[in-house]
Amino acid sequence: MFSAIAEHRGFIVGLIFILLLIGLVAATIYGRRIIRNEKTDAVFGNPERALGGWYWVFAGVASILVIWFYFSWDAARSYFPDAANELCQVAKVDTAINPMRSIFPIDSRLLKGTSLLARDSAQLNQLDRDLARSGFTDAEKTEYGALVGQLRSALQSMASPDNVDPQVQKRIAEIAQRVDDVRAKLADPAHPGAASAAEIEKALAQPGWGESTTEVPTYPVTERGRKFAAVADEVAAIAKDFTRIRNTGAVFDARIKEIGDKIKQLQAGFDSSELEKKELQARETYVKQINKMYKRIDDGTVFPPNALDQVEASVRLFEAEAYRQQGSLRFIDAIAMPSGTIEAGNTSCSEQGSGRWLPKPSDTLATLVRISDPDIGYKGIPMLWYQQKPLAEMAGFFIPDWIADLVPGEYPRHQPDGSINENLKTKVLNVATGNFPSMSVPVPMGHIWDSILRVLAGLFFGILLGVPLGLFMGLSRFAKGFFDPLIELYRPVPPLAWAPLILTIFGIQDDGKIFLLFMVAFAIMVISARTGATGTQLSKIHAAHSLGATKRQIIKNVILPNSLPEILTGIRISIGVCWGTLVAAEMLAGTTGIGFVENVARKQSDYEIIWVTIILLGVLGLLFDLIMRWVINRTIPWRGKG
Amino acid sequence: MSELVADSIDMTFHTPAGEAVQALKDVSFSLKQGELLSVLGPSGCGKTTLLNLIAGFLRPTGGVLSLNNREIDGPGVERGMVFQQGALFEWLTVAQNVDFGLRMKKHNKKETAKKVEEWLEIVGLQGFGDTPTYQLSGGMQQRVALARCLINDPDLILMDEPLGALDALTREKMQSLVLKIWKETGKTIMIITHSVEEALLLGERLFVMAPRPGRLHKEYRLPFAEWGLEGDLRDIKNHPQFVQNREEILSMIWNMEEEIMGKTL
Repeated sequence: MFSAIAEHRGFIVGLIFILLLIGLVAATIYGRRIIRNEKTDAVFGNPERALGGWYWVFAGVASILVIWFYFSWDAARSYFPDAANELCQVAKVDTAINPMRSIFPIDSRLLKGTSLLARDSAQLNQLDRDLARSGFTDAEKTEYGALVGQLRSALQSMASPDNVDPQVQKRIAEIAQRVDDVRAKLADPAHPGAASAAEIEKALAQPGWGESTTEVPTYPVTERGRKFAAVADEVAAIAKDFTRIRNTGAVFDARIKEIGDKIKQLQAGFDSSELEKKELQARETYVKQINKMYKRIDDGTVFPPNALDQVEASVRLFEAEAYRQQGSLRFIDAIAMPSGTIEAGNTSCSEQGSGRWLPKPSDTLATLVRISDPDIGYKGIPMLWYQQKPLAEMAGFFIPDWIADLVPGEYPRHQPDGSINENLKTKVLNVATGNFPSMSVPVPMGHIWDSILRVLAGLFFGILLGVPLGLFMGLSRFAKGFFDPLIELYRPVPPLAWAPLILTIFGIQDDGKIFLLFMVAFAIMVISARTGATGTQLSKIHAAHSLGATKRQIIKNVILPNSLPEILTGIRISIGVCWGTLVAAEMLAGTTGIGFVENVARKQSDYEIIWVTIILLGVLGLLFDLIMRWVINRTIPWRGKG
Repeated sequence: MSELVADSIDMTFHTPAGEAVQALKDVSFSLKQGELLSVLGPSGCGKTTLLNLIAGFLRPTGGVLSLNNREIDGPGVERGMVFQQGALFEWLTVAQNVDFGLRMKKHNKKETAKKVEEWLEIVGLQGFGDTPTYQLSGGMQQRVALARCLINDPDLILMDEPLGALDALTREKMQSLVLKIWKETGKTIMIITHSVEEALLLGERLFVMAPRPGRLHKEYRLPFAEWGLEGDLRDIKNHPQFVQNREEILSMIWNMEEEIMGKTL
């Protein structure tokens, strides 16, 4: 059944999204009408008016789901299943042209040559200032200063249109022409012609949007997509050629070679015998800096201010054409896929923005269904399942082994013939260690069960020890004084601060976690039981005395029931705090549990699993609280009415 | 003969600041079997302290209290107590509240159930046995408190402003009920109240207490309780002698209150 649903995922999501929108509007209209009626017969501030109503509950839930469907782009995927693939092709073109556009003041404020010139000039000026401050000899200063001056004039010579090599000019013009040609192809409806059988097969073979870990299918599946993909390859080649062009020529080369030779000469000429080590180092460092500037200027990346105008105009025209060719895709990108878009990397496309970290509801559900399958689970362990466990194992767990030691006699030794004669002691030991044949019973297991079991075990021991101690502290001056500092000192420490210590002492398996949760629950239970006990009305205790009750009877029949509301509230709070602590503790260490699952998913950046665990934790926490509310309503109906 | 004897009782409290406050000074009286005593006085005169001493919740710092020639040493079943707000166990039903004393003594279950039925009928709560007490009105809760106390068959019944929190109509009905129980059971009853009318109606004997230190100021012997057994309570309240006594006691208490106010100012 699930596979059938998964196949029609897109259709189902689309349907649900529409229904949610309609329901949201309907519930809001209905709710507003009721509010309008209320205005006439209820005053503002009357708490009765805040009772809510199923229509507002529906509107609230629908709003959350609509936002989820919308911002995770699940709705977009449902209504425009090919949009991501097309946007991927568009993104490929963007990525391809990016090296070219980054040279022109399109995204940035300055022409790239302008900012390079400014930066290099500033650094050369800095070299001048450093030289003036240095302790070099006058001869050295003159020599180095001349070198810096030569570098500066070489840099400036590149900015002059007169110095541009005609060969370079020709290559720039070629690039502009090639960009124009590609633009024409982009505008041509016939380009790139019919798809080949191999292309079609490749496109059809790839998994759909979100169906695999590559997220967005890379090969174009639409005509528009194919056009962009074809153009992207050509643009990438042009951009590569364009970035290879360097503003060098015969004049420039000669000058730069002269500088280079001088630097090499200087570097070779340092004589360690004449100078102190420190002084030598200062000179070497300075020449190294000159060398760095030399290499940068040698790249020839600065062009005269208007030398690239032709290319810039072509790139701008190309981009305008690309924008036009996107057509309706622009609106789908802006409206159906909010806060983010599809971006292309070297080999694949991916969702960026809310579509990435907010998994789609349908994918999340599918993941939940997938890991709920006990055969798959997570890390080889089911989420919630059962296993057959022999009763003997449980008997062995609960019966202490030393019982066998109490049986009179000696444990048998093996006989010379290698046999062992079992006696009564051995038989008792077999029972105590669970070493006997027995029937098996189903026992729950899995990540969810482990988490629940830990919370319940911690809570159980916390209640078992905390409630009596709390009552005792509420009744005895000694107990209050004696135990108060102990509990008040450890209670304010955040439970997770204890975790590293506790997990080291008790181990990272269940023992440590249960003890940690016990500590959490214990403090809360002591304090709530104490509050309950001290809150008993004196007249009730007087009454019980007058009616002939003994001390023990008063504790059992008056103080305990009187403290029950506080104790149950304490349990409710404990469950909440334990639940939070447990997940954090499971993240720290362990091999099972919901927190463990989330931690592994975090390491793998598996957002879907993370969301599944978050939802599971929320639902289970809510479930615990609902159960406690039900228990409280059932067991202490008198609360607040005494 | 059951008899409550208070022999020069002194009671001194120590405040947390270390001051000694004398709540009762040299209180002596005796109460015979079947007598109905009401105690009246301005607030702070030690009425409740006196009651708590007799109930055994407190110990006197001087003097001796005895019931039936046995010194009072802690709370006991022979001295039943009815509290102002009922002090019912709200987690129990009406019947479980009423049979609380017998259950604690592990009394025969069948007999207990029978007795509970009887007492619920006497206080007018038949059929309410399984009702949780928090669903009862204030008057009904006080009836449960009465039944819970009486089922233990105490020698002496102590009532600490038992009708104080009730509305006027319920209060009058409850006053009749107390008188009826007094007559039918012949118990010794000691009632503390701050209502002069109630003290006059429900007191065969009436102590007016004075504050600072708390002491017995004046004792009255009154016929109204006897009358109340037969006649209409409202007629008694309009009787000239009742009106005269009421005005006398009221002005007495007013004078004491003024004295206190003068002293504290």
